[in-house]
Amino acid sequence: MITKRIIPCLDVKDGRVVKGVNFKGLSDVSSPVELAGLYSDSGADELVFYDITASVEGRRLFTDILRQVAERIFIPLTVGGGINSIEDFDRVLKCGADKVSVNSGAIRDPELILKAAKKYGDQCVVISADVKRVDGGFRVFAKGGREDTGLEAIGWIRKCVGLGAGEVVLNSIDTDGVKRGFDLEMLEAVCDAVNVPVIASGGAGCIEDFVKLFKSIPKVDAGLAASIFHFGEVSIGELKERLKEENIPVRLI
Amino acid sequence: MIAIIDYGVGNLFSLKSSVAAVGMEACVTNDTRVISEADHIILPGVGAFGDAMHKLKEAGMDEVVKNEAFKGKPLLGICVGMQMLFDRDLEYGEHDGLGLIRGEVRYIGEVVPEELKIPEIGWNSLRILKPYSRLFRGIDNGAYVYFVHSYAAFDCGGSLSAVTDYGADLTAAVEDGNIYGTQFHPEKSGAIGLRILKNFCEIGVD
Repeated sequence: MITKRIIPCLDVKDGRVVKGVNFKGLSDVSSPVELAGLYSDSGADELVFYDITASVEGRRLFTDILRQVAERIFIPLTVGGGINSIEDFDRVLKCGADKVSVNSGAIRDPELILKAAKKYGDQCVVISADVKRVDGGFRVFAKGGREDTGLEAIGWIRKCVGLGAGEVVLNSIDTDGVKRGFDLEMLEAVCDAVNVPVIASGGAGCIEDFVKLFKSIPKVDAGLAASIFHFGEVSIGELKERLKEENIPVRLI
Repeated sequence: MIAIIDYGVGNLFSLKSSVAAVGMEACVTNDTRVISEADHIILPGVGAFGDAMHKLKEAGMDEVVKNEAFKGKPLLGICVGMQMLFDRDLEYGEHDGLGLIRGEVRYIGEVVPEELKIPEIGWNSLRILKPYSRLFRGIDNGAYVYFVHSYAAFDCGGSLSAVTDYGADLTAAVEDGNIYGTQFHPEKSGAIGLRILKNFCEIGVD
């Protein structure tokens, strides 16, 4: 039986993990390679790396880091941030990414999804959407959640899947950072609209939030989080043990 | 030396790194002489079968793979690389495969219940049908490996060595003599996957 995936997410700037990581037993807490290794060893099913660098030099450091991670960690790697062209896809795939997540780049040019899916296959293209409630509807935001695009979210995600996106990361701006649980209402609306894997993001504050996520919305395939893993508030091993107790299928190592 | 066949499909970085991680020397190559001289051959593959098969033929590597396999050299096909080992494939029309293993490749939607998503993406467990397989040495029944696929091999007969349950039993691995195939990606399946790759690389060595 296919398992629910637990996915830690690392924001990388100039080759270092940002968002204050606090881990015992790591000699270098901001080294993406060390952190990736720790997550992989503790049972992460996949890793997501977001490049939040703006400079050319930072981008070069990011691809170097990606290569080092891919040489050491043998689970799927998804890369996002600054993906605006087929050349960007090519750059990160050559360094060991398995999937590439597009967000603002696809809003600017939806054809990017189509072109990338044709070249690398649907399984390689992930649409990441930052969504917020506006006037009673779900609205897509760009530029890291700062800019309202005016796009209706469900229609947008459906369009992206139609163009060839093989997976959806739904990040709820409304619940992100609040740590009171995933945005179940928003996730349900997206899961009902598409038939590709949906990854829940934004709002995880404790283990029970994941239990609630997978119990309430069986169609959700994965839960993604950053700070609760980075700060050691939730260990992946404990989280998976707890999910197993609830008969939610997980991969234990 | 392990030859990883490069025919212009997909990303071979992880595969090369994972073979290196189990202490073997790997070479990503499209040189038929290097392939002939290698001790083992890995045939990777992603994307559409027809496209992959066409590129393999265009690169003139289908014959060398077949010849080396006939000579008894260990060959491992991964994902679409595994699917190419079969007689034929029915993805977007009918295509001939390498014909090294009996069976055909078909859309999993034929057998997978409607409520499950296609492609199957994620970690699923193995039910090993050939416990004495060299490939699965040290691997427990129920071990989890990583799948990404919409097609799978059917009617493999006696070559079927492992299945996975995705609402229906799907072919996860096959083997026939020196020819092996995994539908899952060992290079993305953590420690279990590395062990499987190591097992393959050690065939004929000890």
